[in-house]
Amino acid sequence: MITRLATILVLSGLLGAGLFGGAATAQEHSALLPVVPKATGEAHPEGNAFMRINHMKLLRHDRDDTMRNGNRDIDYSLKECVACHVQTGADALPIPINSEGQFCSACHEFAAVKIDCFQCHNTRPELNETQALLSRPLPDAAALSAYLDEVTE
Amino acid sequence: MKLPALKTMAKVPDQINRRDFLKSGGAAVTLTLAPGITVMAFGGEASAAANPATRWGLLIDVNKCAKDCDACVTGCSVENGWKMGGNPETDAQWIRKVDLTNKQTGREVSMPMMCQHCEEPPCVDVCPTGASFKRADGIVLVDKHTCIGCRYCMMACPFKARSFIHEDLEDQKSYAPRGKGTVESCTLCVHRVDEGGIPACVEACDATGHGAMMFGDLKDPTSDIAIALASYASVGLRDDLRLNTGVRYSNL
Repeated sequence: MITRLATILVLSGLLGAGLFGGAATAQEHSALLPVVPKATGEAHPEGNAFMRINHMKLLRHDRDDTMRNGNRDIDYSLKECVACHVQTGADALPIPINSEGQFCSACHEFAAVKIDCFQCHNTRPELNETQALLSRPLPDAAALSAYLDEVTE
Repeated sequence: MKLPALKTMAKVPDQINRRDFLKSGGAAVTLTLAPGITVMAFGGEASAAANPATRWGLLIDVNKCAKDCDACVTGCSVENGWKMGGNPETDAQWIRKVDLTNKQTGREVSMPMMCQHCEEPPCVDVCPTGASFKRADGIVLVDKHTCIGCRYCMMACPFKARSFIHEDLEDQKSYAPRGKGTVESCTLCVHRVDEGGIPACVEACDATGHGAMMFGDLKDPTSDIAIALASYASVGLRDDLRLNTGVRYSNL
């Protein structure tokens, strides 16, 4: 309960900062708040503010519906969260979504809320390497040299 | 603000609690029957959710099962992403091959063993958290969200069909999440069945040409499996326990 309260306070803080911190520079913004990587798909119709506060409730409701009742026609699944919010590395392969600075952990570490999902669920979408390569925009020269630097290190 | 998930709630039939059930008596029965009837009314369109009017089961013809073949085991392992660690005490037990010899006659048979999807599952009886449960369509599953890893179900299962995950895992299949500290077993490939498919072991067995495994709805008298069960002798393992297993064996 205390954790939940703390989360709500922190998240309301985040929202407040989003509303009133418009004047802050990008640098100040990143110093105060977690940097959350952008998703690839369409934005949630409910809005990000709603999803920040309610994503766990939506997921828990639909997971029980799928698990217990076999209803696969659901609106919110962890699989889709991961598929849309995962970032690809310089090698074009998905980076685990719970690793440092990635979508889930960026906020959860900031709010100090442990995620249990990935004890069982995959942290990456199931894509074979070719699909992953094809789904990614062609890298520019800078990205390529960054990748080469990374590989040679 | 209204949660969008409430819309989803409205789609599923009303959950009837015990109090309402006792109050309303017969009316509750009509309500629970309603989804099945609706499905029939719309020309037998397959229902995505677990349907209480069906009971999924397997019929394994032991005579057709080849001793040196483990296609079903490999098929299951690939589909669900589990691997044999080489330690029989901790290995996953989704499905395994069992060889039997009748000492009197010398007849040797080989057959796959997996969760028997009992109608009266002992694993569900003993589970202290309600994680072990039977779906409306007869598939027995572990809800790993509520499993505390106590392993009572492993003790209770007469078929040794369940196993405990001892080590951290990664790169699980998205449709078969598994993790350390929980119990797992054959899911009858529930993710495939919900999409109208057949379990991976049956598909793998068919691909070898042996055709020893048959999957279908035990409650539908027109299904291949129900016709086969009505025509030929078959047994459920440990029938003496009266568990009414959903997996049956012929020519055993």
